[in-house]
Amino acid sequence: MSEFTSGSLTAKNIHLSFGTNHVLRGIDLHVEKGTTASVIGPSGSGKSTLLRVMNRLIEPDQGDILLDGQSVLKDNPDELRRRIGMVFQQFNLFPHKTVAENVSLALRKIRGMSKDQARNEALEQLDLVGLKHKADARPATLSGGQQQRVAIARALAMRPEVMFFDEATSALDPELVKGVLALMTDLAKGGMTMVVVTHEMGFSRNVSDVVTFMDAGVVVESGPPEQLFNSPRTERLQGFLSDVL
Amino acid sequence: MDILNQLAKTFFDWEAMGQVIPKMFTVGLPNTLVLAVISGIIGTAIGMVLALMGISRNAPARWVARVYTDILRGLPPVLTILVIGFGFSPIMRQLTGSTSPYPMAIAALSLMSGAYIGEIFRSGIQSVDKGQLEATRALGFGYGPSMRLVVVPQGIRRVLPALVNQFIALIKESSLVFMLGLLASEREIFQIGKDSAANSGNLSPYVAAALFYLVLTVPLTHFVNWIDARMRVGRPEKKEPDDAAAVVGKGAQS
Repeated sequence: MSEFTSGSLTAKNIHLSFGTNHVLRGIDLHVEKGTTASVIGPSGSGKSTLLRVMNRLIEPDQGDILLDGQSVLKDNPDELRRRIGMVFQQFNLFPHKTVAENVSLALRKIRGMSKDQARNEALEQLDLVGLKHKADARPATLSGGQQQRVAIARALAMRPEVMFFDEATSALDPELVKGVLALMTDLAKGGMTMVVVTHEMGFSRNVSDVVTFMDAGVVVESGPPEQLFNSPRTERLQGFLSDVL
Repeated sequence: MDILNQLAKTFFDWEAMGQVIPKMFTVGLPNTLVLAVISGIIGTAIGMVLALMGISRNAPARWVARVYTDILRGLPPVLTILVIGFGFSPIMRQLTGSTSPYPMAIAALSLMSGAYIGEIFRSGIQSVDKGQLEATRALGFGYGPSMRLVVVPQGIRRVLPALVNQFIALIKESSLVFMLGLLASEREIFQIGKDSAANSGNLSPYVAAALFYLVLTVPLTHFVNWIDARMRVGRPEKKEPDDAAAVVGKGAQS
């Protein structure tokens, strides 16, 4: 899989408050087309919120978001989200639908495909994540790792230009993490533009092109993985790394 | 033994029962079912609208739903039926020429059950995990389609037992429409028992009516318990180890 029509993504000076709680305090993030940016940092630093602002599940108070160099804040947010796939920590598969229906729902209702066409497309996507044989199972009968791979297939089926991963492996049992990370790695190598919020330092160091360390709503350090992991400049990143590594 | 005989005569006078039972089958039972089923359907529609208003981001819509629900849930059913039945029948008569209070009876039952069903739906929809709406919206669906395709269907499933309970209540409350003075052919189970008891001075027709209600409600109650148990335990699940791990390629060994 290497023919993604991916694009670059830029967030400029993003601010967001929930009431008096200033969650994002001027975030800048740029992800070059076909590259992977990982975002690391302690819990509550605003990483997951940043993802939701960048696909406008939450509207920012201030700042701009550019997809392929074009500001998308004035567009219909539903249109924007069709161009950005998102994978969640808790998978969020639709429990009342089969695996194949989970993947084909948006193809039918948004892309306007016929039932058969959407199912075939869904089966193809499921095949890519190795779960074609589970097409007619309910999500609840799958392991966490399988559910997350279905969620990835569901997002990929929309042929997004960018993929967001929000702690995609944090809810998985340790032995299931590897399969999902391998799939994410393949996507990255296949040229997908990805923003990966993660606690998996191995993935961040080995797979991503740029690592961004966030704390308390600001970007503390950002750069190539070797630089951040081998010679962190700030005390906060040094402290964080010594806690997690 | 005198007392026992007297009790048996009062409650289990087979002759009095025998006289009233055919009419309960031909008139009472159909009317009770029509009242309960039609009000149940209209009430479900009202309830769905109220539930969606109740969770909407539009404050006036929420407020209207809240006030409606508070009033109709806060009044005794007998009062609602009387007020709506008598209050609106003159208007109904002017509009349609019909003097039958039957449509007003259905309206009153529908409006009442709508308030309860609205609360049932609202709690069901709100119990659906927030991540479901988020995931649907992340795929590019708007709020309306997300609710319709993903959130509401899950919410309804969860409250099926409560909905059936509400239908049981409706079957019982439909007996209250006797106060509106229905035509002979419109009378439901309770009123047929009541009329017959008044004529014969014997309570056995009430017992017959009671049996009709129990035959309707007891199986439904057990049906509720069955769905409830099945939803709690769920269908047998089979978890498998994550056999096919790295599938697309080799991947990072991280």
